[in-house]
Amino acid sequence: MNMMKTMAAGAAVTIGVATAAHADCGIASGNVSVLANDFPALHAVVSKAEECASSTVTFSKNHTTEHRDIQVAAMTANPSEYTTAIVANSSVVPLLNGGLIRPLDDLVAKHGQNLKKNQLITIDGKIMAIAFMANAQHLVVRKDILDEVGLDIPETYEDVLAAAEAIEAAGVMEHPFAMLTMADWNLGEEFVNMYLGHGGEFFKPGTAEPAVNNEKGVAALNMLKALVEFSNPDFLTYNTGVVAPIWESGNLAMAQMWGSSMGQLLDSEGSTEEVVSGTLPVGAMTVAGGTTPASSLWWDGFTIAANISDEDAEATFLAMLNGISNEMVMEGDNNDRAVWLMDAYKPGIAATGISATAAAGAEPYPMLPYMGLLHGAFFAELPDFLQGNESAEQTLADIEAAYITAAQEKGFLQ
Amino acid sequence: MKHKTFFWFILPSLAAMLLFIAMPLVSVTIQSLFVEHDQVLVEVENCTPFKCESSVAVDQEATAALREERPLGQFNGLGTYTNRSHLAFPEVREAWNASGSLHDFGARLMNLPFYKALAFTITYTAVVTPFVIVLGLAIALGVNALPQLVKGPTIFCSLLPMIVTPLIGSLILFWMVDADGILGAALQRIFDDDQLSLKASHSLTWIMLIVYGIWHSAPFSFIVFYAGLQTVPQETLEAAQIDGATRWQRVRYVVVPYMTPLVVFITLMQLMDNFRVFEPIVGFSASAKATSLSWIIFNDLRGGDIQLFGSAAATSLLTILGVVVLLMPVLIRTWQEFGRKVV
Repeated sequence: MNMMKTMAAGAAVTIGVATAAHADCGIASGNVSVLANDFPALHAVVSKAEECASSTVTFSKNHTTEHRDIQVAAMTANPSEYTTAIVANSSVVPLLNGGLIRPLDDLVAKHGQNLKKNQLITIDGKIMAIAFMANAQHLVVRKDILDEVGLDIPETYEDVLAAAEAIEAAGVMEHPFAMLTMADWNLGEEFVNMYLGHGGEFFKPGTAEPAVNNEKGVAALNMLKALVEFSNPDFLTYNTGVVAPIWESGNLAMAQMWGSSMGQLLDSEGSTEEVVSGTLPVGAMTVAGGTTPASSLWWDGFTIAANISDEDAEATFLAMLNGISNEMVMEGDNNDRAVWLMDAYKPGIAATGISATAAAGAEPYPMLPYMGLLHGAFFAELPDFLQGNESAEQTLADIEAAYITAAQEKGFLQ
Repeated sequence: MKHKTFFWFILPSLAAMLLFIAMPLVSVTIQSLFVEHDQVLVEVENCTPFKCESSVAVDQEATAALREERPLGQFNGLGTYTNRSHLAFPEVREAWNASGSLHDFGARLMNLPFYKALAFTITYTAVVTPFVIVLGLAIALGVNALPQLVKGPTIFCSLLPMIVTPLIGSLILFWMVDADGILGAALQRIFDDDQLSLKASHSLTWIMLIVYGIWHSAPFSFIVFYAGLQTVPQETLEAAQIDGATRWQRVRYVVVPYMTPLVVFITLMQLMDNFRVFEPIVGFSASAKATSLSWIIFNDLRGGDIQLFGSAAATSLLTILGVVVLLMPVLIRTWQEFGRKVV
């Protein structure tokens, strides 16, 4: 009996302390359960949201790079396993296709006075997600090395090729260029970017029929191939996790990388003073005389599950609003962890690449229900071309054939 | 054992097999025969932080009604099996008609994902299986001849490749063969070619995966053979020795015949395992150069934002079919021997 009392008292103290330390988010009660990707910016958001946990508000989170693979199954369950999923342009599509997330108009009207208009992701007039950060791939250069060979900062991919050739010819580096060309989702994204830079359309307007087998597709493929000639022959195994350390070790002069990786390249950890001081993020390149940058714009935002009670939905919405509040941006070094869409954000040097890319008018990654299937066909068929096994026309025909097969299975094409 | 006792004895495992193997198999078979409903698409206006644009979305209500009506989707028969991602009958016919020579036909066939994967899967299985058996027997004979004192540690070390998780083992090797890794750099030094990369070359990647497969599976056959060696009758060996048989002759004419049932067992297991090769392809990031049937299934389910369950189900069943075909000769042989013994 005594022990029970002690334990009860202990628990009461713990709860008391916890409540005192935690923010008042205006939540009466409810469950909050977050599914999110695993990188520092999202940790900052979710940790801030977690401060809303109290004796009446339960909070759980799952940060995993596998989030895209589990979200549909987890949120199809009724009640949903997660009350919110943090998504991006592409990963929101399966949730929309399945009707697994709810419109947020009433919650925004009730609690969202501080949200900016450009944070509201609307589909067919209904608010389906609240965005809080932007991302894009762009070029990052070693200014010191470009100075060494007497070249300006490139503005087009043609400039990049010339610079890479000059650096190789001068014997400074063997493989001066890299992009995220791992033969998975990454490689597909590089083709999407390059094709957008050539002004290409992915589908015949208003339909799910592919439209990439054209001169713009051929030009995009040839440019990618010309670029990877200056990359390490292992380029088909290159993702951010591989390229970032190579950059930090000083073995790259130019790379196309995610804006969200710039923080890692610009801090002194794992790198030398020489490399860090020379590292300069610049905007995305244009290509083939076009004016649209060869990059796509991305947003990250939160959604609220459809298969949960209204009480939990409101609790989750309030907790996530706390997660993306201005206080979160100002805490610690959160400011430099992402290009935030909130007012308190002060853009630093790491953000210059994304800002320049957006300002130059890059296109957002298409939020079409069948884009994911085409993306899959890109990375399935591109390696053959990049390894010189087949012609550009054959590769594009293969891409369309692979996409059509998948789209038929999914019911997008007959 | 009485039939009744036997039945009660295996009931738990029988129930587990029904629940976890047979029923999912039925479910997978059914799924592979269906494709999704025709999606009802509507034109919508989307706004993002960057701009507003007109786009297309799935009409939720109309789709929900369709789904309610027929939850499994549209019946497609064997359509998924014959489409381009699988057996690709129309494409194969077209390739046959368009190609001038057998070599040309082969090249066209390798452009289709299923046949490309099948080519690597079969090559891998055909090379790894015999090597594993021969190498396993050699290690077992070697270890068996060691003095008692060092036997234990040697056995433990020989088993290490199998103890290491396949994914971790392949990742470690992957880093070692990197151009900056210890093996990769050493190879570059030996061949005096700083462009040499195991990851970049098509054939070297295949060799790397196959060598990894042998390294990983050899301990399995080693330990089985080693256990078998302990039961080889010493009298027969001694008799052979007295008759003047050399060590090689004793192995060839006494040990190996005695081990035949074990060879059949290991062959069966290895054929099944190797035909489902998967982890090294992921571990070595080798999917651009070598894909396997299991990797295709993985890619359908985990490669992109949208999962293709029907396609993955069809590949799964084709894999099972492949394993059955591979095992057929061994199974027929075992059955015949069984019949002979009964008679």
